[in-house]
Amino acid sequence: MSNPVELRYSKEHEWLSAVQDGVATVGITAYAADALGDVVYVQLPEVGDTVSAGETCGELESTKSVSDLYSPVTGEVTEVNAAVVEEPALVNSEPFEGGWLFKVRIDGELPGDLLDADGYTAFTQG
Amino acid sequence: MTSRTTALDAVHRALGATMTDFAGWQMPLRYGSERAEHQAVRTAAGLFDLSHMGEIAVTGAQAGPLLDHALVGKLSALAVGRARYTMICDAEGGILDDLIVYRTAEEEYLVVANAANAQVVLDALTERGTGFDARVRDDRDAYALLAVQGPNAPLILGALTDADLAGLKYYAGLPGTVAGRPALIARTGYTGEDGFELFVAPQDAEPLWQALTEAGAAHGLVPCGLSCRDTLRLEAGMPLYGNELTTATTPFDAGLGRVVKFDKDGDFVGRAPLAAAAERAAQEPPRRLVGLVGAGRRVARAGYPVVDAAGTVIGEVTSGAPSPTLGTPIAMAYVDAAHAEPGTEGVAVDIRGSREPFSVVALPFYRREK
Repeated sequence: MSNPVELRYSKEHEWLSAVQDGVATVGITAYAADALGDVVYVQLPEVGDTVSAGETCGELESTKSVSDLYSPVTGEVTEVNAAVVEEPALVNSEPFEGGWLFKVRIDGELPGDLLDADGYTAFTQG
Repeated sequence: MTSRTTALDAVHRALGATMTDFAGWQMPLRYGSERAEHQAVRTAAGLFDLSHMGEIAVTGAQAGPLLDHALVGKLSALAVGRARYTMICDAEGGILDDLIVYRTAEEEYLVVANAANAQVVLDALTERGTGFDARVRDDRDAYALLAVQGPNAPLILGALTDADLAGLKYYAGLPGTVAGRPALIARTGYTGEDGFELFVAPQDAEPLWQALTEAGAAHGLVPCGLSCRDTLRLEAGMPLYGNELTTATTPFDAGLGRVVKFDKDGDFVGRAPLAAAAERAAQEPPRRLVGLVGAGRRVARAGYPVVDAAGTVIGEVTSGAPSPTLGTPIAMAYVDAAHAEPGTEGVAVDIRGSREPFSVVALPFYRREK
């Protein structure tokens, strides 16, 4: 699965959508979902929580392991994806679409170390 | 150390498998969804490459007595064509490995060890065999091992062999041909399902894999990796060496004391400490291997502490995974005997700092309908 060009990427394998009215969507990449295997449980931050760039804000359980979920940006959570909580397999089947995790109202500037699609692809192949 | 590849390596890569390093071998972890592979084995059939397992042949007039001395079981009493689950222990009774031993002829046995322990087992058998009229031979390179597991396995294998599968009992093995290639056909496995393991020459592995794939296409057979093998064996309550079984554990600690046969001629390695372990297990076991089922969705993993209602550590998880069949987290754990009865109240697992309630249950978690 190729990495959509309209998204930005963190080195912790989260993606961030384009910012609209100060809000962006966060998910994990297809690369990360493949590495995890079948995701069976996602624990997300709650609406109203403050998340910080590069810090953990939840976890993803798969058959073989549990992984921390990192926020790629700092801000306030405005929405979480109830569908993915109900059906965690969406993270595997539609990581960039129906498997999105939460939306965040961004506080301040975007971190400078986010990658574009080409940069992230190179990072995962490195 | 570079890891070894099996005779089926090119097949796995062509299938797009996610590979993993396992005990020095490059093995398929999964081909697609490990949960789908798991369900295929429970409801239809799965095809596994298990060529990392370590085969050791023991031959000669005293092959049986050698194994009686070296292992905890009474292999001299095993009938030709039958197999037995057994263990090899150190002088203190600690488990060096768990094994399946096939008696392939009157004076010939095939010992199958875990990949990680194959060298240890080979060395121990060689050393313990001194003075016996028998030979211990490293046959690791002589075999590839394929497994067909699941309720449709007899149908699929039956289409490719003239061997009498209906007459082949669980834990039996017979020489035959599969798709025209010689194989030791064994009705064994590590999934909790009916199924077969096929010991074949490495050069026959790929054609046999293809033949099984074709024969299985109409019966729901899918290639399966080690990830689902682990959840399958966990649901079936089968221990894994390195998790439930270690050199710090005796067979009695693991609830598998039945594999130790004291009624055999001559001494065997570990006899006295194992006799003491048997007595301890019968009278005041310090801890027991139990099943745990999670009330929530967070998964207890190997190494996590088991705690009581007061938060006191009462044990440790040895294996844990989300159970595809039950839909809940399951785990095996060693727990203080006082908390080991099924239904014990207040048992929880400390999952990264938060106490998640788990029920103590009898093993296995899953038993197939026969």
